[in-house]
This record gives sequence, C-alpha cells and structure tokens, in this order.
Amino acid sequence: MGKMIYMDHSATTPVKKEVLDEMLPYFSEYYGNPSSIYQLSNQSKIAIDTARQRVAKALGAKKTEIYFTGGGSESDNWAIKGVAFKNFDEGNHIITTKIEHHAVLHTCEYLETKGFEVTYLEVDEYGMINLEDLENAIKDTTILISIMFANNEIGTIQPIKEIGAIAKKHGVLFHTDAVQAVGSVEIDVKDMNIDLLSLSAHKLYGPKGVGALYIRQGIKIDPLITGGAQERNKRAGTENIAGIVGLGKAIELAYDNLNENNSKLISLRERLIKNIYEKIDYVRLNGHPSERLPGNVNFCFQFIEGEALLLSLDMMGIAGSSGSACTSGSLDPSHVLLAIGLPHEIAHGSLRLSLGTANTEEEVDYVADSLVGIVDRLRKMSPLYEKVQGGN
Amino acid sequence: MYSEKVMEHFMQPKNVGEIENADGIGEVGNAKCGDIMKMYLKIEGEVITDVKFKTFGCGSAIASSSMATELIKGKTVTEAMNLTNKAVADALDGLPPVKMHCSVLAEQAIKSALIDYSHKSGVKIEGLEDVDFDDEHLHDLPEED
Ligand SMILES: Cc1ncc(COP(=O)(O)O)c(C=O)c1O
Repeated sequence: MGKMIYMDHSATTPVKKEVLDEMLPYFSEYYGNPSSIYQLSNQSKIAIDTARQRVAKALGAKKTEIYFTGGGSESDNWAIKGVAFKNFDEGNHIITTKIEHHAVLHTCEYLETKGFEVTYLEVDEYGMINLEDLENAIKDTTILISIMFANNEIGTIQPIKEIGAIAKKHGVLFHTDAVQAVGSVEIDVKDMNIDLLSLSAHKLYGPKGVGALYIRQGIKIDPLITGGAQERNKRAGTENIAGIVGLGKAIELAYDNLNENNSKLISLRERLIKNIYEKIDYVRLNGHPSERLPGNVNFCFQFIEGEALLLSLDMMGIAGSSGSACTSGSLDPSHVLLAIGLPHEIAHGSLRLSLGTANTEEEVDYVADSLVGIVDRLRKMSPLYEKVQGGN
Repeated sequence: MYSEKVMEHFMQPKNVGEIENADGIGEVGNAKCGDIMKMYLKIEGEVITDVKFKTFGCGSAIASSSMATELIKGKTVTEAMNLTNKAVADALDGLPPVKMHCSVLAEQAIKSALIDYSHKSGVKIEGLEDVDFDDEHLHDLPEED
C-alpha cells in the first residue's frame, strides 16, 4: 500500500508544523503555572494572553470574551448547561435542532431530565432550518437558542446572521456550535449577533483536547468546572498552556490563509463531487449544494452499506467516514441523515469525505476511481442491487 | 478491529452469486437495519452440492455469509441444520461483540433456505419447525462495551 490519503478532516486534523513549533517550548521550558507569581510563570501568562488575543481577533470578539476549555464538547456543555441553570428562574425552554452534534443533543436531553423543555427543530432535505419555524418556536419561557453553525456530517451552513437577528429581536440568548465552521468560514460574532460560540482546536490543524467558548460580555452563565480562579473565575483548572498556544497559532493561520485555503478546498470538493456523479449511478449528494463547508463531500451510495465501503477504502489507503449504523455502534444510521429525510436503507450507505488543504487533485481523482471499483464490487454482492437490475 | 480472517472473507468472499433453479432460497434481515442476506442452495440427495449468497451489509455481514457458505458446502442437510452462529464466528477467529448479530443472520439465512427447500421438496428436516426468526431482537444480543 502506498501513502495514506486522509479525507477525514471533519473528524480531526493533523497539527501543523508551525503550530507544533510554537507549542513545544511550553512543555519543558516555559512550564510555569500561570497562577504563580515568579518570573517563569510570566511566560505562561503572556502565552495565554497572546492566544486569547488571536482567538478574539478571528471571531471579531474582545479578548475578555474568550474562555479556554478542554475542547468542543466541553464548550457546548458549558454554554448550554451554564445558561440553562443560570436562567432557570426566567424560563426553562431551549430551542435547538435535530441535526446537532451529540455534544449538544445529549446535553439537551440531559436537561430535559432536569426540568427543562427542549424543542428540536426540523431541517429540510438540505439540512437547513426554517427561520419561520424558529421564530414560531420561541415562547415566553425560551431562554436559549442553540443552533450549529455548520454540520459535521453533511456540511450544511445555517443562516447564522438571520438566526442571531431573530434571537436578538426576541431577547433570547443565541449559542452556536461552530466547531466545524471556525477556520473555514468567516465569522463575526458582533455582526452575526452570536452570544456564545463553541470552537475546538483539533478541527483546524491545532491540538486535541483544547477549545474555547466565546461568551459575549455581560452574559450571565454558571461555570461548568468549578475550582480555582482560572479564566477569570469561570473555568477552573490549571491551563493547558501548550494546547492553548497551539489553538491560538492554528486559528491565526487558518484566518490568515482563509481565502486561499477555501478556494483550493472548494475546487477539490467540486471536482470530487463531479467525478462521483459522472462515474457512479444511484448516488445522492447529501447537504446543501452551495451553503456547505468548503471541504465537505457526503454521498449516499444506494444498495450498499457504509462500513463495507469504509473498510474497502481503508484497504486502498483511503481514510473516510460514514453515518451508517455499523460505524456508530448503534442500531440506527446517523440522526442527521434521518433528519434530512433519507430512508434508513439509503442512510446506511453514506460516505463522508472531508478534504484538507494537503489533499491534491490527483488524490481526489484516485479516490473517485477507487470508489468506482469498490461500489461496483459491493453492489454485485448486494441482493438489493440485483432487484433494480431486473434480476429475481 | 476485525481479525485477518474476517478481512480475508470480506475482501475475497467465497461463493458470491446466485444459483439458477436453486433447491432452496432463503432471505433474512432487512434493509432498514442495514443488513440482508440471501442464500441459495443446490441439494442432491442429502448433500448440499452448491451454495451461493448475496449480502447487503457491513464487512462482518459479508464475511459471515462467505464463511457460512464455506462451512456447509459439501455437507449434509442435517449438518447445515446444526450450524450455529458461534461456529461461524469462531471460524472467522471471532467477531467484535456488536457484530455477533451478523453471524446470527448467517445461521438464519441457511435455515431459511432449508425451510424453502423443505417446502419445495416435501423433505422433512428435523428441528426446522422450531426455528424462529426474530429479526427485531437480533440486535439485542448481549453486547459488551
Ligand atoms: C459540530 C461538532 N461539535 C462538537 C464536537 C466535539 O468537539 P471535541 O471533539 O473538541 O470535543 C465536534 C467534533 O467531533 C463537532 O464536529
């Protein structure tokens, strides 16, 4: 087998060399605890401050509105539980969507067991919410709207600015899980009326286990992690300095090169989509044709099952992912694919290829060609295919 | 996650296809759950002289189908009747706990084809009356975390 072709950047990304280089001194050289007063810890304090500034700049936020966390899941948990518990006296109703990441969905389900009421908005066949549905769902008791910026499976980007405007009009807080969007989409939290925003470093060529939550100044929120006075008393725990430094560098790089990266990714994406459409029958592109993440390609291949597809790709050195039940360890295929209206049997045959800046046209063509053979082989084994072929 | 045997039978499955004028055809599973197995048997006298399968499903479903067909090819109807899912899984050097239902499906596909054979030929097969295909609960097999 030759070199691996990695097309699972929505799952995670490699840490960029420039990012790692900035992180390394903070393990053994500048290891001081930023809460200490001697000079060594000054380095750590400065490093965190620089990273905070970089994250703030990327989002159009103020430095004091950025709080570092242990990743996207923690940021989502904090935003939702923190706002919910703080505002329980005002109301107990939360609005979210059926296609959120489990970090949001399971948090909302948990809150339902604690006396909160949650509305899960439907999406259309492209994975878009309906703004009228959103507005109609708001009631006197609504305290939070949590809608993801971009979907991790099908890549659909929501009309965030319009959602922000609706939230503002009704005086409801608006949180967005922007874990997939940050680094790929231009974001201005003020212009978009975002009150809370979750992000994670490992999706943008930074390290795993570190992220941030943007909390608009003046918003009241309970802490999720209590303890020491770190992060201005809002998130306890000695800071993951190297990780935070990595996040800062990664986000800066992502936005410095945003246009260049995106035009490359979009051209690769369109090439891959076109290739698959042209070469393989009975396929369906999932997600929105234009309002989608620059690197996201998600197809259903009818009559075959996604895990078998992934295993076959893996044997050819290609790394992708699927929303099939067999890859999630559960009975049902992905909740996102079901929410866009796909029948179970079609949802089982999904494949997500998420491109990164290191991917090339040659790789895209190789993947498409490999898929032709793999899909053909699996379909020839499939009793469902035999039926459409007019067999018995 | 899978044994080499599973990967071998997934990448180069044995006995894929259909048998024209098969003596018994069985189909189990459903597309909604993500796996369907269809088995074709050619039976001469007591002996299964040929067997073919078609499967829609994950890697272990395809490997289980392939292994099951290998295990009954050339065997008697009674031997095929007695093939357990565990024997299929063992022959594959084990399946991950969440994939054990694939071996169950393979066992059932064979039994279902034998039932069809029994109906068509009038040959009684011991034990077949007791077979119960409980598709719905197939996935509820004990799972380890
Ligand atoms: C949309 C979305 N939200 C949240 C997360 C969780 O982020 P993390 O892995 O940093 O906890 C992910 C990543 O899997 C994601 O794609």
